[in-house]
Amino acid sequence: MLFELRDVSLTRGGRQVLDSVSAEIHPGATAVVGPSGSGKSTLLRLLNRLADPDAGSISYRDRPLADHDPLKLRREVSLVPQLPALLEGTVASNLGYAANLAGRELELGRCLRLAGLAEEFAERDVAKLSVGEQQRAMLARALAQGPDVLLLDEPTAALDHDARDAIEATLAELRRELEISLILVSHDPEQARRLAERAVRLKSGRVVACGALEEALA
Amino acid sequence: MTTSIDVSLGQVAAALALVALAAAISFWRRTDLERDIVVATVRSFIQLTAIGYAIKLIFEADTIWLVIALLSVMVLFGALTARSRAKKVPGAFWPLLIGLAIAAASTLGLVVALGIFEATPRYLVPVGGMMIGNAMTASAVALNRLGDEVTDSRAAIEATLALGATAREAAAPFVRRALRSGTIALIDSTKTTGLIFFPGTMVGMLLAGAEPTDAVRLQLILLYALLGSTAIAALVATGLAYRNFFTPAQQLREVDDLH
Repeated sequence: MLFELRDVSLTRGGRQVLDSVSAEIHPGATAVVGPSGSGKSTLLRLLNRLADPDAGSISYRDRPLADHDPLKLRREVSLVPQLPALLEGTVASNLGYAANLAGRELELGRCLRLAGLAEEFAERDVAKLSVGEQQRAMLARALAQGPDVLLLDEPTAALDHDARDAIEATLAELRRELEISLILVSHDPEQARRLAERAVRLKSGRVVACGALEEALA
Repeated sequence: MTTSIDVSLGQVAAALALVALAAAISFWRRTDLERDIVVATVRSFIQLTAIGYAIKLIFEADTIWLVIALLSVMVLFGALTARSRAKKVPGAFWPLLIGLAIAAASTLGLVVALGIFEATPRYLVPVGGMMIGNAMTASAVALNRLGDEVTDSRAAIEATLALGATAREAAAPFVRRALRSGTIALIDSTKTTGLIFFPGTMVGMLLAGAEPTDAVRLQLILLYALLGSTAIAALVATGLAYRNFFTPAQQLREVDDLH
């Protein structure tokens, strides 16, 4: 079992964002689906301890999440946020920063290729990239840490149709090449069908369904 | 360097003509600052008169403990004033208080240890007041900027934390910018001093009849000490205050948890 959530609740600004959420997330690709405001992104942030729940428990690989060192956990369970937020500098300096934090040798060419970026992007200033290219640079930066799990928050929400297809193809390719688990937040059930084997469906902060993809999305 | 000058209350009252001019300009150009000008004038008169008598008493008592007490009160009020300008920074009071205290103690300690000034009330009170006042402005500007930077860059900070960076690493670019904005004003004015403006101490000494070379030397000592005290205060205040934005688990606190 990758993650197990038991009765997880979280309130923010007086609003119940997650309400007694229980779910099991297995290795492989899992989609977290639901309408806007259903608590999908918040759930994702709990999985690498960018936030902690007010109540309930979460375990990662059968150990309570709170027992994991948050810094080590975040290098192993890497989150790519919905909107690109790179550090000032070049694509290569961003990847180098991430690899250095994880104590790894940077495999620049490989990370760029896996994220669907040509090698010439390495020395490009991140401020001059398109949103789609920045999103790929974020993915490459996460891969530079050699994570076991990628948490992807609406990875194609800010992209047009063609760029969305290209990122989806990259993610499918990534799963073929690496032994990596994906947990993907999406408001689009069709995208979940294209990329995941299992799903957690949320509505108003509660789990409506959890399990095999078609069963959960039915 | 010993000089004396007699200033009567009548002369002070005559200077109010310029305040009236400022108020008239405000009224004429509708900047709506007349009330503030009056408040500032009255407050400056009361505060400076009170501190004048307090300093007179301290000089006459000639004891270091009264000096320390007066400077401690200045540090306390400095931290309270600066906190009101750093509203977006949670728990800003203690970083400001510690920053001002360290800046005042270290710069005064150093100028005494180096033999620049004697450890007597006549030197420690005015020099300490200048150090604390300027350090207060610098740390208030720095924390104000830090609050804006962190508020506007939450997504970028969280994205860096998500890579397994510590709070210190994630906040570093914003702390650096805040520190820079806190100290740059004095550095710039130091660069142009003597060219574009005459600093207050030098003007005061010249008016009091001191030798211009003496006035310049004393002013240089104070400017250099001020550069040190503003840098120390801003460094300590930003270095302590950024931590209040984060939890012990290296998470960026939610906005509604901050205040």
